[in-house]
Amino acid sequence: MLYAILCYNPEDVVGSWTKEEDDAVMARLAVVQEKLSRQGRLGPVARLLPTTAATTLRKGRDEPLVIDGPFAETKEQLLGFYVVECASLDEALETARDLARANPGSGSYEIRPIGIFKPGSSFP
Amino acid sequence: MNNAGSIDAILTAARPQTVGALLRYFRNLDTAEEAFQEACVRALKSWPKNGPPRDPTAWLIFVGRNSAIDVVRRQAKQQPLPPEELLSDLDDTETIVAEKIDGSDYRDDILRLLFICCHPDLPAAQQIPLALRIVSGLSVRQIARAFLASESAMEQRITRAKSRIGRGEIPFETPGPIERAERLAAVAAMIYLIFNEGYSAGSDESEARSPLCDEAIRLSRLLLRIYPTEPEIMGLTALLLLQHARAGARFGADGSVILLENQDRSLWNRTMIGEALAMIDKAMRHRAPGPYQIQAAIAALHARATRAEDTDWTEIDLLYAALERLMPSPVVTLNRAVAVAKVRGPADALEMLEPLEERLSGYFHYFGVKGGLLTKVGRTKEAREAFNRAISLANTAAEAAHIRMHLDQLAKD
Repeated sequence: MLYAILCYNPEDVVGSWTKEEDDAVMARLAVVQEKLSRQGRLGPVARLLPTTAATTLRKGRDEPLVIDGPFAETKEQLLGFYVVECASLDEALETARDLARANPGSGSYEIRPIGIFKPGSSFP
Repeated sequence: MNNAGSIDAILTAARPQTVGALLRYFRNLDTAEEAFQEACVRALKSWPKNGPPRDPTAWLIFVGRNSAIDVVRRQAKQQPLPPEELLSDLDDTETIVAEKIDGSDYRDDILRLLFICCHPDLPAAQQIPLALRIVSGLSVRQIARAFLASESAMEQRITRAKSRIGRGEIPFETPGPIERAERLAAVAAMIYLIFNEGYSAGSDESEARSPLCDEAIRLSRLLLRIYPTEPEIMGLTALLLLQHARAGARFGADGSVILLENQDRSLWNRTMIGEALAMIDKAMRHRAPGPYQIQAAIAALHARATRAEDTDWTEIDLLYAALERLMPSPVVTLNRAVAVAKVRGPADALEMLEPLEERLSGYFHYFGVKGGLLTKVGRTKEAREAFNRAISLANTAAEAAHIRMHLDQLAKD
């Protein structure tokens, strides 16, 4: 079974870390990642850019609504995610619109640029 | 919570909203600051033992508010507040109370706090230290170091700024849309100034002053979090990120200035650039261009060029032309002339420079650019004069050294 481990933290606090504190955390996490990687158990790892860089596509209308900022509702749960190479925000929004057309109805897609991405192993 | 570093980060992150809420409550900056300090002291005692509360900001507002009321009560020889061991068990109650005093006003609280620091009566030399002290919570020692001033001089400057604000009216009513837009613009300008204080430092000072750049970016992101749909705040944040992304490439090992075209672009911070480009994309969707967005778009064209010779100068020229229309200024025209020199040649650029000389007669970069252009068209004697003027106007030793290098080159040719 593959598991996703999702990271939650107050971003204003993480954003207040000094570079040294941030580097130290990343170094400690790298040790854990290295161990998993040696065991062939580590898939993709991503660190998202701050929510200030986020845009949200809200479904539930004929033409989905584009909203600045992160997804903010609490009545919906995170059910999955994609990592897609996009030349611009417009291309990312277009991709999200394609997904919305394939799965119309309620829900939202939050579009967040990725700051750090490590592809990891591909599993059999 | 097991290390003091994280508690510090939590307190730093919670500071603007907490002090902003306490200021609204007490309507006095000193009382609000003291209340926040007191709440921090209690947090440092209680959090390592009991763990940090679920909502640290709500906890700090609640404890800060009560401790200040407590002072008033003690002065009136009345009942003191219960000990904080009791308080920290009240997690949910605190949240409810804090939400009542805080609620949907929190955006205006933070904006007000930032806004009173850029009070029109305060000169920029006082605005920036005041904002760094009150909003960012930097110590007077840190601020003094960043401004290369003595601690006592800086203490005085901040005290003077505070008393100036204290005498005036702090606007506590909820702002209307026009006032809010005005406040936002004033605050954005102040954040930009804070950044420039850090950015304009020479290499010898940049270690002491670059925290100002980090702080400006943090404040800009904070502003964008509370006003997520403002394209100019997106532009400002992107601009600061793009400039700061080049920090590691701007100075040589000997402290000399390395111009944009000669920088090792592999040293640019790609994560910051990625964030800025995403932000510009967001801003563009609003189709409401403004000075910060245009400046960010110009910086983005530099960031997108893998090599200096790949830079899209034609587009940069067009963007500067747009900026000239929105925000006419001789400095903008000077910058445009640099792009024009690349697109149409140095002679055209020199022609643009001429009418600016009177207004930029005290501006280092004007004479640096002019000397460079005159060199290119072979007017060596005039170039030398311009470079000499530039040296006499240099702001840092590295700037002067850079121009001297051009003079030496002229002497050799």
